Amino acid sequence: MPQELNYLKETPSQTAGPYVHIGLAPGAAGFDIYKSELGWDIAGPNARGERIRIEGVVIDGTGSPVKDVLIEAWQANADGIYAHPEHPGEVEDGFRGWGRVITDFETGEWGFDTVKPGPVAGRSGTKMAPHINLWIVARGINIGLNTRLYFNDEVEANAADPVINLVEWEKRRKTLIAQRIDRDGQTVYRFDVCLQGENETVFFDI
Amino acid sequence: MVKPGEFYQRDREWQPPAYVQHYKTSVARSPKQALISLQNSMSEITGPVFGHDDVDPIDNDLLSNYAKPDESPIGERIVLHGRVLDENGRPLPNTLVEMWQANAGGRYRHKKDTYLAPIDPNFGGCGRTITDENGYYYFRTVKPGAYPWRNWVNNWRPAHIHMSIFGTAFAQRLITQCYFEGDPLIHQCPIVKTIPDPDAIERLIAPLDLNATIPLDTIVYKFDIVLRGRRSTLFENRLEGN
Repeated sequence: MPQELNYLKETPSQTAGPYVHIGLAPGAAGFDIYKSELGWDIAGPNARGERIRIEGVVIDGTGSPVKDVLIEAWQANADGIYAHPEHPGEVEDGFRGWGRVITDFETGEWGFDTVKPGPVAGRSGTKMAPHINLWIVARGINIGLNTRLYFNDEVEANAADPVINLVEWEKRRKTLIAQRIDRDGQTVYRFDVCLQGENETVFFDI
Repeated sequence: MVKPGEFYQRDREWQPPAYVQHYKTSVARSPKQALISLQNSMSEITGPVFGHDDVDPIDNDLLSNYAKPDESPIGERIVLHGRVLDENGRPLPNTLVEMWQANAGGRYRHKKDTYLAPIDPNFGGCGRTITDENGYYYFRTVKPGAYPWRNWVNNWRPAHIHMSIFGTAFAQRLITQCYFEGDPLIHQCPIVKTIPDPDAIERLIAPLDLNATIPLDTIVYKFDIVLRGRRSTLFENRLEGN
């Protein structure tokens, strides 16, 4: 027997279940318990850059909206800096870059307000196009699904993005790209996620 | 200089697959295409930072965080405690741990839960805390009850507490469920059995921690949580670019 490596194994994942709101968004479950719930303001009041709204729906393999999803978003600020000690650079006071959103129990629609992130330094000198990292959990999802939301008005940056270009099938790349809508002077990006089927969203093993 | 680098890849044969026939809700909610594997970039090795200002000290005490003054929820008083570690065995300090659970009768305080068991007026059912400098956390609560759910006609969830953990990176984000030693429902449960490896299932079962149990007061269960570990970059691998 060689020596033992003694690494620990990652704790196995289990579904967030139908009552995820109790823990992570108790107001939506129907009660008020914390002084403040975490994750409802991604960018904070001082964030620079363009204020945008992201909206979408998560669709299951039957084509129906999923009405008990929780999504977490993680993004850089308008300068492409993450609010994290390992990312060189400063972010605005109050910018956390993280948020969570739940779907409407009746329609499955979700949406959050933030600022558009800037391009982020990628591996080995590359530049990643502006994007928001999403993590999706729900009843029936055994381990959180990771995807990225890119912006359809960043054509050149998207074409050069090292992650989009990892997706071998060009027709699948469009599932990562949110579509801009101008609504009464507000910039809204639509990003529908398909868990299965012909337009299945690209998910990543990060 | 040795500095923390990329995360070890997630063991997808240890973690549950997306599609599991006997957990019926997974059937229409499981991607069929292969995941695209990404080498870590800044987007994955960073993640939200939380501090003690984000939570109240009472948030980890479910015996009192929703109870009326001088009252407490009905049920077996327990403490669930443990450490958050990485795969290298290093503790993860200052990380956010959130949890939620049914009450002692197996009923959730949720507008979508219609089970026969009553709501407990003194029990909310959620807690949150930040690990200390040794990665340690604890919650005081009541032991949740088992409850039925619609899958096959006669499925019962074992008593469990849902746990949500952050770590320091978005790549470590994890939600899981903690079960209790000795519960015969654990190995009957199709959600538990989404995990293919029996050894992995054991990692989700909290043992009775008699040494930590508070005499004449509270029974204690121990639940350590392991998040992904990182390699030490002995050689520059240019993760950051330039």
